[in-house]
Amino acid sequence: MLRVDAVSTGYGAVQALRDVSIEVAQGEIVTLVGANGAGKSTLLMTICGDPRARTGQVVFEGRDITRLPTHEIMRLGLAQVPEGRRVFPRMSVLENLLMGAQVAGHDPAPLLHQVFALFPRLQERQTQRGGTLSGGEQQMLAIGRALMSKPRLLLLDEPSLGLAPLIVRQIFAAIRELNEKEGLTVLLVEQNANQALRLAHRGYVLVNGRITLRGAGRELLAMPEVRDAYLGGGH
Amino acid sequence: MMPQALKDAVLTALVAFGLFAPMVGLRTDVGPSGALVLRQRWGDVAILVGLAFAGRLALLAWRAARGEPRPQSTARAEAIRRAGRLVAPLLLAVAVLLPFMPGTGRYELDLGILVLTYVMLGWGLNIVVGLAGLLDLGYVAFYAVGAYSYALLATTFGLSFWVCLPLAGILAAFWGILLGFPVLRLRGDYLAIVTLAFGEIIRIVLLNWVSLTNGPNGVSGIPRPTFFGLTFSAGGGPGSFADFFGLEPSPSHRVIFLYYLILALALITNVISIRLRRQPLGRAWEALREDEIACRALGINITTTKLTAFALGAMFAGIAGSFFATRQGFISPESFTFIESAIILAIVVLGGMGSQIGIAIAALVMIGGFEVFRDLDEWRMLVFGLVMVMIMVLRPRGLVGHRTPSVALGERRMISAEHVAEGHG
Ligand SMILES: Nc1ncnc2c1ncn2[C@@H]1O[C@H](COP(=O)(O)OP(=O)(O)O)[C@@H](O)[C@H]1O
Ligand SMILES: [Mg+2]
Repeated sequence: MLRVDAVSTGYGAVQALRDVSIEVAQGEIVTLVGANGAGKSTLLMTICGDPRARTGQVVFEGRDITRLPTHEIMRLGLAQVPEGRRVFPRMSVLENLLMGAQVAGHDPAPLLHQVFALFPRLQERQTQRGGTLSGGEQQMLAIGRALMSKPRLLLLDEPSLGLAPLIVRQIFAAIRELNEKEGLTVLLVEQNANQALRLAHRGYVLVNGRITLRGAGRELLAMPEVRDAYLGGGH
Repeated sequence: MMPQALKDAVLTALVAFGLFAPMVGLRTDVGPSGALVLRQRWGDVAILVGLAFAGRLALLAWRAARGEPRPQSTARAEAIRRAGRLVAPLLLAVAVLLPFMPGTGRYELDLGILVLTYVMLGWGLNIVVGLAGLLDLGYVAFYAVGAYSYALLATTFGLSFWVCLPLAGILAAFWGILLGFPVLRLRGDYLAIVTLAFGEIIRIVLLNWVSLTNGPNGVSGIPRPTFFGLTFSAGGGPGSFADFFGLEPSPSHRVIFLYYLILALALITNVISIRLRRQPLGRAWEALREDEIACRALGINITTTKLTAFALGAMFAGIAGSFFATRQGFISPESFTFIESAIILAIVVLGGMGSQIGIAIAALVMIGGFEVFRDLDEWRMLVFGLVMVMIMVLRPRGLVGHRTPSVALGERRMISAEHVAEGHG
């Protein structure tokens, strides 16, 4: 479904990704783990065309999207939940969700239904301003907003960031539900390797802008390199 | 408590002294021999410092007496909301009936025209600053483009006001896009500086391109507008408004006509803004103001969103500008200085950034206030500044600080700024 082929990019003189190749097949949850600054967010952003890949190719559903402008890429059936949630703080929950449906241009009602079924909390708070939600609710809103464009591929950037373990479990359960029930394909980027790899069918490890390991989620989890680097001693 | 308040007030007085001693205490006048003489006005300084001292004490006492700010009861908020819904129709009714109210003379109508011009400019700038969140300090440039467009098209080619009005809007919008392109990547203070420079550049070009604009002498003899071809000549005569309707010729006809013209233009600006806010484009503007990166992630085309905001805001300023030109009959670069941009921006900010009715009230208070305090001469600016500071202290989000969601399921509910503070994390 998505193929990132030998992509390198960066910001000015900073090289953030070197020769990165990953693949996400239809119906999969693929997790990319990496330390802070490894280039995880850059990879997701490069898939969306901002920053653009300097070399290499990004192919989505058989179509080369490497040179497309960002706003066109985002209409092709992929959606991103950006790092740090970035809900619209002064807009109501409902307005936030509708912003997600705006560009796609289809009837938002059934999708709204689906998002409210997935996160009943959002329905309760639909008139509240986005900025006044708790961190977990904001994450639900950010995911819900991305779902409103009816994507076939969802890119998630550190959804567990700064959330309590219980909330993280809820969010991850929702991701699994979307994948199993709706057949949504997910590319998940995380520092929280333990739960993220457990959730994933397959995974990649990104170190300093390079892919160093790849394999099935639980396989990676069992590797001593991964355990040492991303799970710490405490888990 | 008391010594603390005293100390605070003394400190305030000291700051006031530091400010007023050079600004008010010392004044250079032209003496009898033509040379400059230094006049000292320590009495005035003492009064001002005393005012600052007493004012600070009073403020502290008031705060102490009021105690902790209580959260507003829902009943009270509900009452305010209901009253708020009446304000807009009431203001509109007053605006429509003003020319026929007893006691309304030439002066009141002229003031009304001035206020409405600023209401329209405020609503126009609100699209750029209030909705799209792009801080524009050079808005007056588009006002100038509109005014000069009409003045030059009318005096050079003899085009009528009604033909020039849309042309002026289009030309200003074009300049809005021209400004928009280089600042696409800028935000906040950088954007403010570039727009500020843009405003000055336009003014300086108008000042120095003498062959086209007649430079500092301005353009005079700008034709007055007609009412479907009927003129408002003072003497009446065939083809005049008074003659056609069988009225006694009166100079007030033109003023009343101009008043309704700007009222209509302002209302059109208002209706279009309100409409757009509920359209995808308006929502995209608001989303852009809130978070540009999230907008990108949602597939919103940032370039067109920003450019349309600049273009539409500029268009309304251009239309207001051509109205200004036809009303004055004479324009010069002096009318388009930075202070105009500052006043319009102040109206938008004081009005509550994005609130249509708030902006109308702010324009009324500021422009009306300017007139009321005209007798105060140089004190006017001081009073003006004080009022602005007070509004911002008492209502930090502007006069109308809440934002009505543009969509809701079922009953539209307001989310008031007093109720919900910004949350983090
Ligand atoms: N906008 C930017 N400008 C310059 N350098 C950046 C920018 N964003 C990220 N970087 C750099 O790129 C590298 C990868 O960052 P990022 O993709 O955010 O990492 P991660 O998401 O894995 O924490 C880091 O060295 C970071 O400093
Ligand atoms: Mg990151």
